Amino acid sequence: MKKLTLPASGDDIECLKAGDSLFISGELYSARDAAHRRMHYALQNGLDIPVALKGRAIYYMGPSPAPPGRVIGSCGPTTSKRMDKYTPLLIEHGTKVVIGKGERSQHVKEALKHSGSIYLVTFGGAGAYLSKCVKEAEVAAYADLGTEAIWRIRVENFPAVVAYDIYGGDLFEQETARYSRSTGKAED
Amino acid sequence: MAIREIEASLITRKIAEICTKANFELGQDALMALKQSCETEVSPLGRQALSILIENASIAREEKIPLCQDCGTAVIFVELGQDVHISGGEFNTAVLEGVRQGYCEGYLRKSMVKNPFGKRENTRDNTPPVVHCEIVPGSELKIMVLPKGGGAENMSRIAMLKPGDGIEEISELVVETVRQAGGAPCPPLVIGVGIGATFEKAAMMAKKVLGRKLDEPNPDTSLVEFEQHVLERVNRLGIGPLGTGGSTTALRVHAASYPCHIASLPVAVNLQCHSCRHAEVVI
Repeated sequence: MKKLTLPASGDDIECLKAGDSLFISGELYSARDAAHRRMHYALQNGLDIPVALKGRAIYYMGPSPAPPGRVIGSCGPTTSKRMDKYTPLLIEHGTKVVIGKGERSQHVKEALKHSGSIYLVTFGGAGAYLSKCVKEAEVAAYADLGTEAIWRIRVENFPAVVAYDIYGGDLFEQETARYSRSTGKAED
Repeated sequence: MAIREIEASLITRKIAEICTKANFELGQDALMALKQSCETEVSPLGRQALSILIENASIAREEKIPLCQDCGTAVIFVELGQDVHISGGEFNTAVLEGVRQGYCEGYLRKSMVKNPFGKRENTRDNTPPVVHCEIVPGSELKIMVLPKGGGAENMSRIAMLKPGDGIEEISELVVETVRQAGGAPCPPLVIGVGIGATFEKAAMMAKKVLGRKLDEPNPDTSLVEFEQHVLERVNRLGIGPLGTGGSTTALRVHAASYPCHIASLPVAVNLQCHSCRHAEVVI
Protein backbone atom coordinates (compact mmCIF):
# COMPACT_ATOMS: atom_id res chain seq x y z
CA MET A 1 0.00 0.00 0.00
CA LYS A 2 1.49 3.34 -1.08
CA LYS A 3 0.99 6.65 0.72
CA LEU A 4 0.16 9.92 -0.98
CA THR A 5 0.34 13.22 0.85
CA LEU A 6 -1.69 16.17 -0.46
CA PRO A 7 -0.94 18.62 -1.92
CA ALA A 8 1.12 16.23 -4.08
CA SER A 9 4.34 17.12 -5.88
CA GLY A 10 5.10 16.17 -9.47
CA ASP A 11 7.57 13.58 -8.16
CA ASP A 12 4.92 11.95 -5.97
CA ILE A 13 2.61 11.64 -8.94
CA GLU A 14 5.27 10.26 -11.28
CA CYS A 15 5.69 7.26 -8.97
CA LEU A 16 2.05 6.22 -9.25
CA LYS A 17 0.76 3.61 -11.69
CA ALA A 18 -2.78 2.58 -12.58
CA GLY A 19 -3.84 -0.16 -10.15
CA ASP A 20 -1.78 1.12 -7.18
CA SER A 21 -3.72 1.11 -3.93
CA LEU A 22 -3.15 4.24 -1.88
CA PHE A 23 -3.74 5.81 1.48
CA ILE A 24 -4.20 9.55 1.04
CA SER A 25 -3.52 12.11 3.76
CA GLY A 26 -3.80 15.88 3.58
CA GLU A 27 -6.18 18.46 2.26
CA LEU A 28 -8.61 18.23 -0.61
CA TYR A 29 -11.52 20.22 -2.01
CA SER A 30 -14.87 18.65 -2.72
CA ALA A 31 -16.79 19.79 -5.77
CA ARG A 32 -19.59 18.19 -7.76
CA ASP A 33 -21.86 19.22 -10.61
CA ALA A 34 -23.05 22.67 -9.48
CA ALA A 35 -19.66 23.88 -8.17
CA HIS A 36 -17.96 22.62 -11.32
CA ARG A 37 -20.40 24.49 -13.51
CA ARG A 38 -19.75 27.69 -11.56
CA MET A 39 -15.95 27.40 -11.54
CA HIS A 40 -15.91 26.51 -15.21
CA TYR A 41 -18.10 29.47 -16.11
CA ALA A 42 -15.86 31.84 -14.10
CA LEU A 43 -12.61 30.54 -15.59
CA GLN A 44 -14.00 30.68 -19.12
CA ASN A 45 -14.95 34.29 -18.58
CA GLY A 46 -11.65 35.33 -17.07
CA LEU A 47 -13.14 35.71 -13.57
CA ASP A 48 -11.58 34.64 -10.29
CA ILE A 49 -12.66 31.47 -8.55
CA PRO A 50 -12.81 31.31 -4.75
CA VAL A 51 -10.25 28.51 -4.30
CA ALA A 52 -6.70 28.16 -5.64
CA LEU A 53 -6.52 24.99 -7.74
CA LYS A 54 -2.79 24.94 -8.38
CA GLY A 55 -1.32 21.67 -7.17
CA ARG A 56 -4.56 20.72 -5.43
CA ALA A 57 -6.89 17.73 -5.36
CA ILE A 58 -10.61 17.77 -6.16
CA TYR A 59 -12.89 15.08 -4.75
CA TYR A 60 -16.25 14.60 -6.48
CA MET A 61 -18.42 14.43 -3.41
CA GLY A 62 -21.40 16.09 -1.74
CA PRO A 63 -21.71 14.93 1.89
CA SER A 64 -24.79 14.17 3.92
CA PRO A 65 -25.16 16.64 6.84
CA ALA A 66 -22.92 16.02 9.85
CA PRO A 67 -24.97 14.83 12.84
CA PRO A 68 -24.00 16.44 16.17
CA GLY A 69 -20.57 15.27 17.30
CA ARG A 70 -19.34 14.24 13.86
CA VAL A 71 -16.94 16.01 11.51
CA ILE A 72 -18.94 15.12 8.41
CA GLY A 73 -21.80 12.86 7.38
CA SER A 74 -21.54 10.10 4.82
CA CYS A 75 -19.04 11.16 2.15
CA GLY A 76 -18.38 8.73 -0.69
CA PRO A 77 -17.62 9.64 -4.30
CA THR A 78 -20.13 10.58 -6.99
CA THR A 79 -19.93 9.59 -10.68
CA SER A 80 -16.90 11.29 -12.23
CA LYS A 81 -18.10 11.18 -15.81
CA ARG A 82 -20.54 14.02 -15.21
CA MET A 83 -17.57 16.34 -14.51
CA ASP A 84 -15.85 15.40 -17.79
CA LYS A 85 -16.81 18.55 -19.65
CA TYR A 86 -15.34 20.75 -16.91
CA THR A 87 -12.25 18.75 -15.94
CA PRO A 88 -9.76 19.70 -18.70
CA LEU A 89 -10.07 23.42 -17.90
CA LEU A 90 -9.65 22.81 -14.16
CA ILE A 91 -6.56 20.73 -14.87
CA GLU A 92 -5.24 23.52 -17.08
CA HIS A 93 -5.55 25.77 -14.04
CA GLY A 94 -3.38 23.46 -12.00
CA THR A 95 -5.52 20.71 -10.47
CA LYS A 96 -3.17 17.77 -9.95
CA VAL A 97 -5.39 15.03 -8.56
CA VAL A 98 -9.06 14.25 -9.18
CA ILE A 99 -10.94 11.63 -7.18
CA GLY A 100 -14.30 10.02 -7.90
CA LYS A 101 -15.83 6.81 -9.18
CA GLY A 102 -16.21 5.15 -12.57
CA GLU A 103 -14.70 5.51 -16.03
CA ARG A 104 -14.13 8.82 -17.83
CA SER A 105 -14.06 9.98 -21.42
CA GLN A 106 -11.05 9.84 -23.67
CA HIS A 107 -10.55 13.62 -23.69
CA VAL A 108 -10.22 13.68 -19.88
CA LYS A 109 -7.72 10.85 -20.02
CA GLU A 110 -5.66 12.77 -22.56
CA ALA A 111 -5.88 16.04 -20.61
CA LEU A 112 -4.64 14.25 -17.48
CA LYS A 113 -1.73 12.67 -19.29
CA HIS A 114 -0.82 15.91 -21.04
CA SER A 115 -0.61 17.88 -17.79
CA GLY A 116 0.82 15.18 -15.54
CA SER A 117 -2.30 14.88 -13.39
CA ILE A 118 -3.91 11.70 -12.12
CA TYR A 119 -7.38 10.30 -11.58
CA LEU A 120 -8.07 8.18 -8.53
CA VAL A 121 -11.16 6.19 -7.61
CA THR A 122 -12.40 5.48 -4.15
CA PHE A 123 -15.11 3.20 -2.83
CA GLY A 124 -18.54 4.22 -4.12
CA GLY A 125 -21.35 3.61 -1.68
CA ALA A 126 -18.98 3.35 1.28
CA GLY A 127 -19.73 6.86 2.55
CA ALA A 128 -20.08 5.84 6.20
CA TYR A 129 -16.73 4.01 6.11
CA LEU A 130 -14.97 6.88 4.34
CA SER A 131 -16.32 9.43 6.84
CA LYS A 132 -14.00 7.84 9.41
CA CYS A 133 -10.99 9.08 7.42
CA VAL A 134 -12.14 12.71 7.42
CA LYS A 135 -10.62 14.68 10.29
CA GLU A 136 -11.77 18.21 9.42
CA ALA A 137 -14.43 19.61 7.10
CA GLU A 138 -15.61 23.15 6.43
CA VAL A 139 -17.31 24.97 3.60
CA ALA A 140 -14.64 26.76 1.58
CA ALA A 141 -16.82 28.46 -1.05
CA TYR A 142 -20.25 28.60 -2.73
CA ALA A 143 -21.99 28.04 0.61
CA ASP A 144 -25.38 28.68 -1.02
CA LEU A 145 -25.03 25.37 -2.85
CA GLY A 146 -25.43 23.40 0.39
CA THR A 147 -24.16 19.86 -0.10
CA GLU A 148 -22.88 20.96 -3.53
CA ALA A 149 -20.69 23.70 -2.02
CA ILE A 150 -16.90 23.43 -2.21
CA TRP A 151 -15.78 21.84 1.05
CA ARG A 152 -12.21 21.88 2.32
CA ILE A 153 -11.61 18.55 3.97
CA ARG A 154 -8.57 17.06 5.66
CA VAL A 155 -8.25 13.29 5.42
CA GLU A 156 -6.00 10.69 6.98
CA ASN A 157 -5.36 7.34 5.37
CA PHE A 158 -8.23 7.79 2.96
CA PRO A 159 -8.26 4.71 0.67
CA ALA A 160 -8.12 5.14 -3.12
CA VAL A 161 -6.85 3.35 -6.20
CA VAL A 162 -5.00 4.94 -9.12
CA ALA A 163 -7.38 4.69 -12.10
CA TYR A 164 -5.52 6.75 -14.76
CA ASP A 165 -1.82 7.46 -14.31
CA ILE A 166 0.29 10.01 -16.19
CA TYR A 167 1.59 7.33 -18.57
CA GLY A 168 -1.81 6.47 -20.06
CA GLY A 169 -2.37 3.47 -17.77
CA ASP A 170 -6.06 2.65 -17.29
CA LEU A 171 -7.20 0.58 -14.33
CA PHE A 172 -10.62 -0.20 -15.84
CA GLU A 173 -9.25 -1.50 -19.14
CA GLN A 174 -6.55 -3.54 -17.43
CA GLU A 175 -8.79 -5.14 -14.86
CA THR A 176 -11.92 -5.66 -16.92
CA ALA A 177 -9.85 -7.42 -19.57
CA ARG A 178 -8.28 -9.60 -16.90
CA TYR A 179 -11.59 -10.78 -15.45
CA SER A 180 -13.86 -10.74 -18.47
CA ARG A 181 -14.62 -14.36 -19.28
CA SER A 182 -16.19 -13.55 -22.63
CA THR A 183 -17.96 -10.73 -24.35
CA GLY A 184 -20.97 -11.57 -22.22
CA LYS A 185 -22.78 -12.89 -25.26
CA ALA A 186 -24.80 -16.07 -24.93
CA GLU A 187 -22.87 -18.01 -27.58
CA ASP A 188 -19.50 -17.54 -25.85
CA MET B 1 -66.50 -5.29 5.77
CA ALA B 2 -66.22 -2.36 8.17
CA ILE B 3 -64.17 0.62 7.18
CA ARG B 4 -60.90 0.93 9.10
CA GLU B 5 -59.74 4.42 10.03
CA ILE B 6 -56.04 5.27 9.80
CA GLU B 7 -54.82 8.63 11.05
CA ALA B 8 -52.81 10.71 8.58
CA SER B 9 -50.38 11.62 11.37
CA LEU B 10 -49.58 7.92 11.89
CA ILE B 11 -48.72 7.60 8.21
CA THR B 12 -46.38 10.59 8.50
CA ARG B 13 -44.61 9.10 11.54
CA LYS B 14 -44.19 5.67 9.97
CA ILE B 15 -42.82 7.07 6.72
CA ALA B 16 -40.30 9.21 8.62
CA GLU B 17 -39.14 6.07 10.45
CA ILE B 18 -38.71 3.94 7.36
CA CYS B 19 -36.87 6.73 5.50
CA THR B 20 -34.15 6.74 8.14
CA LYS B 21 -34.20 2.96 8.63
CA ALA B 22 -33.70 2.36 4.89
CA ASN B 23 -30.73 4.74 4.83
CA PHE B 24 -29.01 3.43 7.98
CA GLU B 25 -29.70 -0.29 7.84
CA LEU B 26 -28.79 -2.43 4.88
CA GLY B 27 -31.17 -5.42 4.82
CA GLN B 28 -29.85 -8.78 5.98
CA ASP B 29 -30.59 -10.20 2.53
CA ALA B 30 -28.35 -7.60 0.83
CA LEU B 31 -25.65 -8.03 3.47
CA MET B 32 -25.68 -11.82 3.03
CA ALA B 33 -25.40 -11.41 -0.75
CA LEU B 34 -22.35 -9.14 -0.29
CA LYS B 35 -20.76 -11.63 2.13
CA GLN B 36 -21.35 -14.53 -0.22
CA SER B 37 -19.87 -12.65 -3.17
CA CYS B 38 -16.86 -11.70 -1.06
CA GLU B 39 -16.10 -15.41 -0.79
CA THR B 40 -16.48 -16.12 -4.50
CA GLU B 41 -15.00 -12.91 -5.97
CA VAL B 42 -11.84 -13.66 -7.95
CA SER B 43 -10.24 -10.19 -7.95
CA PRO B 44 -8.25 -9.16 -4.84
CA LEU B 45 -9.26 -5.52 -5.36
CA GLY B 46 -12.86 -6.67 -5.77
CA ARG B 47 -12.67 -8.59 -2.48
CA GLN B 48 -11.23 -5.51 -0.77
CA ALA B 49 -14.10 -3.39 -2.11
CA LEU B 50 -16.70 -5.93 -0.96
CA SER B 51 -15.21 -6.20 2.52
CA ILE B 52 -15.21 -2.38 2.80
CA LEU B 53 -18.90 -2.38 1.81
CA ILE B 54 -19.66 -4.97 4.50
CA GLU B 55 -17.84 -2.86 7.08
CA ASN B 56 -19.59 0.24 5.77
CA ALA B 57 -22.95 -1.41 6.48
CA SER B 58 -22.04 -2.15 10.08
CA ILE B 59 -20.73 1.41 10.68
CA ALA B 60 -23.92 2.89 9.22
CA ARG B 61 -26.16 0.64 11.33
CA GLU B 62 -24.28 1.12 14.59
CA GLU B 63 -23.55 4.83 14.29
CA LYS B 64 -26.80 5.76 12.56
CA ILE B 65 -25.28 7.54 9.62
CA PRO B 66 -26.32 6.98 6.02
CA LEU B 67 -24.86 4.01 4.14
CA CYS B 68 -24.22 6.39 1.27
CA GLN B 69 -24.14 10.20 1.14
CA ASP B 70 -26.65 9.94 -1.71
CA CYS B 71 -29.78 9.27 0.31
CA GLY B 72 -31.72 9.22 -2.91
CA THR B 73 -35.04 10.29 -4.26
CA ALA B 74 -37.63 8.90 -1.85
CA VAL B 75 -39.52 6.48 -4.10
CA ILE B 76 -42.58 5.23 -2.26
CA PHE B 77 -44.77 2.28 -3.14
CA VAL B 78 -48.13 2.27 -1.42
CA GLU B 79 -50.60 -0.59 -1.32
CA LEU B 80 -53.79 0.82 0.09
CA GLY B 81 -56.41 -1.66 1.26
CA GLN B 82 -59.82 -0.75 -0.14
CA ASP B 83 -61.41 -0.93 3.30
CA VAL B 84 -59.15 1.76 4.72
CA HIS B 85 -60.23 5.34 5.26
CA ILE B 86 -57.60 7.96 5.98
CA SER B 87 -58.73 10.54 8.49
CA GLY B 88 -57.33 13.67 10.08
CA GLY B 89 -55.55 14.97 7.03
CA GLU B 90 -54.82 14.49 3.36
CA PHE B 91 -52.93 11.36 2.32
CA ASN B 92 -50.48 13.04 -0.10
CA THR B 93 -49.59 15.69 2.46
CA ALA B 94 -49.05 13.03 5.12
CA VAL B 95 -46.63 11.16 2.86
CA LEU B 96 -44.72 14.32 1.91
CA GLU B 97 -44.47 15.37 5.53
CA GLY B 98 -43.14 11.91 6.48
CA VAL B 99 -40.35 12.23 3.93
CA ARG B 100 -39.54 15.76 5.10
CA GLN B 101 -39.35 14.71 8.75
CA GLY B 102 -37.35 11.54 8.04
CA TYR B 103 -34.75 13.29 5.92
CA CYS B 104 -34.38 16.28 8.25
CA GLU B 105 -34.38 14.41 11.57
CA GLY B 106 -32.10 11.67 10.23
CA TYR B 107 -29.44 14.06 8.87
CA LEU B 108 -30.00 12.52 5.45
CA ARG B 109 -28.81 14.34 2.36
CA LYS B 110 -31.36 16.45 0.55
CA SER B 111 -30.87 15.84 -3.13
CA MET B 112 -34.06 17.08 -4.78
CA VAL B 113 -34.00 20.22 -6.93
CA LYS B 114 -36.91 22.13 -8.43
CA ASN B 115 -36.87 23.54 -11.95
CA PRO B 116 -34.77 20.61 -13.16
CA PHE B 117 -33.74 22.31 -16.39
CA GLY B 118 -33.53 25.80 -14.95
CA LYS B 119 -32.08 27.05 -11.68
CA ARG B 120 -32.08 23.59 -10.10
CA GLU B 121 -32.73 25.00 -6.66
CA ASN B 122 -32.55 22.48 -3.82
CA THR B 123 -35.91 21.99 -2.06
CA ARG B 124 -33.91 21.55 1.19
CA ASP B 125 -36.04 18.77 2.66
CA ASN B 126 -35.76 16.09 -0.04
CA THR B 127 -39.39 16.50 -1.01
CA PRO B 128 -41.25 15.79 -3.12
CA PRO B 129 -41.11 12.01 -3.08
CA VAL B 130 -42.17 9.95 -6.10
CA VAL B 131 -45.24 7.99 -5.01
CA HIS B 132 -46.85 4.98 -6.67
CA CYS B 133 -50.18 3.99 -5.20
CA GLU B 134 -52.18 0.85 -5.76
CA ILE B 135 -55.58 -0.08 -4.34
CA VAL B 136 -55.64 -3.67 -3.06
CA PRO B 137 -58.20 -5.81 -1.19
CA GLY B 138 -58.18 -5.69 2.60
CA SER B 139 -57.91 -3.20 5.41
CA GLU B 140 -54.16 -2.71 5.67
CA LEU B 141 -51.90 0.03 4.40
CA LYS B 142 -48.51 -1.17 3.20
CA ILE B 143 -45.80 1.38 2.48
CA MET B 144 -42.33 0.72 1.09
CA VAL B 145 -39.72 3.42 0.71
CA LEU B 146 -36.91 2.80 -1.72
CA PRO B 147 -34.32 5.61 -1.55
CA LYS B 148 -32.99 5.69 -5.11
CA GLY B 149 -29.51 7.11 -5.66
CA GLY B 150 -28.75 9.15 -8.77
CA GLY B 151 -25.64 7.28 -9.92
CA ALA B 152 -27.37 4.00 -10.71
CA GLU B 153 -30.64 5.62 -11.78
CA ASN B 154 -28.75 7.61 -14.43
CA MET B 155 -27.49 4.42 -16.05
CA SER B 156 -30.95 2.89 -16.44
CA ARG B 157 -32.77 2.68 -19.75
CA ILE B 158 -35.96 1.73 -21.53
CA ALA B 159 -36.34 0.31 -25.03
CA MET B 160 -39.31 -0.51 -27.18
CA LEU B 161 -38.32 -3.86 -28.67
CA LYS B 162 -40.12 -5.62 -31.51
CA PRO B 163 -42.84 -8.23 -30.91
CA GLY B 164 -40.66 -10.82 -32.69
CA ASP B 165 -37.80 -10.24 -30.25
CA GLY B 166 -37.29 -12.81 -27.53
CA ILE B 167 -35.16 -13.74 -24.57
CA GLU B 168 -31.90 -13.15 -26.47
CA GLU B 169 -32.75 -9.59 -27.49
CA ILE B 170 -34.00 -8.76 -24.00
CA SER B 171 -30.89 -10.26 -22.42
CA GLU B 172 -28.68 -8.35 -24.84
CA LEU B 173 -30.35 -5.07 -23.86
CA VAL B 174 -29.73 -5.74 -20.16
CA VAL B 175 -26.12 -6.85 -20.67
CA GLU B 176 -25.38 -3.85 -22.90
CA THR B 177 -26.91 -1.47 -20.34
CA VAL B 178 -24.65 -2.89 -17.63
CA ARG B 179 -21.58 -2.92 -19.88
CA GLN B 180 -21.98 0.73 -20.81
CA ALA B 181 -22.63 1.72 -17.20
CA GLY B 182 -19.29 0.23 -16.09
CA GLY B 183 -18.29 1.34 -12.60
CA ALA B 184 -20.53 4.42 -12.43
CA PRO B 185 -23.67 2.82 -10.91
CA CYS B 186 -21.65 1.28 -8.02
CA PRO B 187 -21.70 -2.43 -8.82
CA PRO B 188 -22.36 -5.11 -7.67
CA LEU B 189 -25.83 -4.27 -8.90
CA VAL B 190 -29.33 -5.47 -8.45
CA ILE B 191 -30.86 -5.27 -11.91
CA GLY B 192 -34.58 -4.62 -12.23
CA VAL B 193 -36.17 -5.63 -15.54
CA GLY B 194 -39.74 -4.80 -16.51
CA ILE B 195 -40.97 -6.66 -19.58
CA GLY B 196 -44.20 -5.85 -21.42
CA ALA B 197 -47.12 -3.58 -20.51
CA THR B 198 -46.60 -0.01 -21.78
CA PHE B 199 -43.77 2.51 -21.77
CA GLU B 200 -44.43 3.79 -18.25
CA LYS B 201 -45.56 0.55 -16.64
CA ALA B 202 -42.46 -1.32 -17.84
CA ALA B 203 -40.34 1.27 -16.03
CA MET B 204 -42.50 1.07 -12.93
CA MET B 205 -42.22 -2.73 -12.83
CA ALA B 206 -38.44 -2.49 -13.24
CA LYS B 207 -38.33 -0.18 -10.24
CA LYS B 208 -40.74 -2.09 -8.03
CA VAL B 209 -38.89 -5.41 -8.33
CA LEU B 210 -35.84 -3.74 -6.74
CA GLY B 211 -37.81 -3.97 -3.50
CA ARG B 212 -37.93 -7.76 -3.69
CA LYS B 213 -35.70 -9.42 -1.10
CA LEU B 214 -32.53 -10.87 -2.55
CA ASP B 215 -33.13 -14.26 -0.93
CA GLU B 216 -36.69 -14.56 -2.25
CA PRO B 217 -37.22 -16.36 -5.55
CA ASN B 218 -39.39 -14.70 -8.16
CA PRO B 219 -43.05 -15.60 -7.48
CA ASP B 220 -43.44 -15.72 -11.27
CA THR B 221 -41.52 -18.96 -11.88
CA SER B 222 -41.57 -18.45 -15.65
CA LEU B 223 -38.99 -15.67 -15.19
CA VAL B 224 -36.50 -17.53 -12.98
CA GLU B 225 -34.53 -19.03 -15.85
CA PHE B 226 -34.31 -15.65 -17.61
CA GLU B 227 -33.05 -13.97 -14.43
CA GLN B 228 -30.38 -16.64 -13.97
CA HIS B 229 -29.32 -16.49 -17.61
CA VAL B 230 -28.89 -12.71 -17.56
CA LEU B 231 -27.08 -12.77 -14.22
CA GLU B 232 -24.54 -15.24 -15.54
CA ARG B 233 -23.92 -13.17 -18.66
CA VAL B 234 -23.56 -9.94 -16.72
CA ASN B 235 -21.08 -11.53 -14.36
CA ARG B 236 -18.92 -12.59 -17.30
CA LEU B 237 -18.36 -8.93 -18.26
CA GLY B 238 -15.46 -8.55 -15.82
CA ILE B 239 -16.61 -5.13 -14.54
CA GLY B 240 -16.56 -6.29 -10.92
CA PRO B 241 -17.20 -4.49 -7.63
CA LEU B 242 -17.10 -0.72 -8.20
CA GLY B 243 -15.93 -1.30 -11.76
CA THR B 244 -12.35 -2.12 -10.86
CA GLY B 245 -12.54 -5.64 -12.29
CA GLY B 246 -13.87 -8.94 -11.05
CA SER B 247 -16.50 -11.63 -11.23
CA THR B 248 -19.21 -9.90 -9.17
CA THR B 249 -20.86 -7.27 -11.37
CA ALA B 250 -24.39 -8.04 -10.22
CA LEU B 251 -25.84 -9.74 -7.17
CA ARG B 252 -29.26 -10.45 -8.65
CA VAL B 253 -31.52 -9.89 -11.62
CA HIS B 254 -35.14 -9.30 -10.67
CA ALA B 255 -37.72 -9.34 -13.45
CA ALA B 256 -41.44 -8.78 -13.77
CA SER B 257 -43.69 -9.05 -16.80
CA TYR B 258 -47.17 -7.99 -17.86
CA PRO B 259 -49.27 -8.54 -20.99
CA CYS B 260 -48.71 -6.02 -23.78
CA HIS B 261 -50.10 -4.79 -27.11
CA ILE B 262 -49.69 -6.99 -30.20
CA ALA B 263 -47.40 -4.35 -31.73
CA SER B 264 -45.14 -3.84 -28.70
CA LEU B 265 -42.49 -5.24 -26.40
CA PRO B 266 -41.39 -2.55 -23.96
CA VAL B 267 -38.40 -3.47 -21.79
CA ALA B 268 -37.10 -1.30 -18.95
CA VAL B 269 -33.83 -1.86 -17.13
CA ASN B 270 -33.51 -0.10 -13.78
CA LEU B 271 -30.10 -0.40 -12.17
CA GLN B 272 -29.76 -0.47 -8.39
CA CYS B 273 -26.38 0.02 -6.71
CA HIS B 274 -25.06 -2.44 -4.13
CA SER B 275 -26.64 -0.28 -1.44
CA CYS B 276 -29.96 -1.99 -2.12
CA ARG B 277 -31.93 0.06 0.37
CA HIS B 278 -35.59 -0.26 1.14
CA ALA B 279 -37.77 -0.49 4.19
CA GLU B 280 -41.44 -1.15 4.60
CA VAL B 281 -44.18 -0.88 7.13
CA VAL B 282 -47.65 -2.37 7.33
CA ILE B 283 -50.23 -0.31 9.20
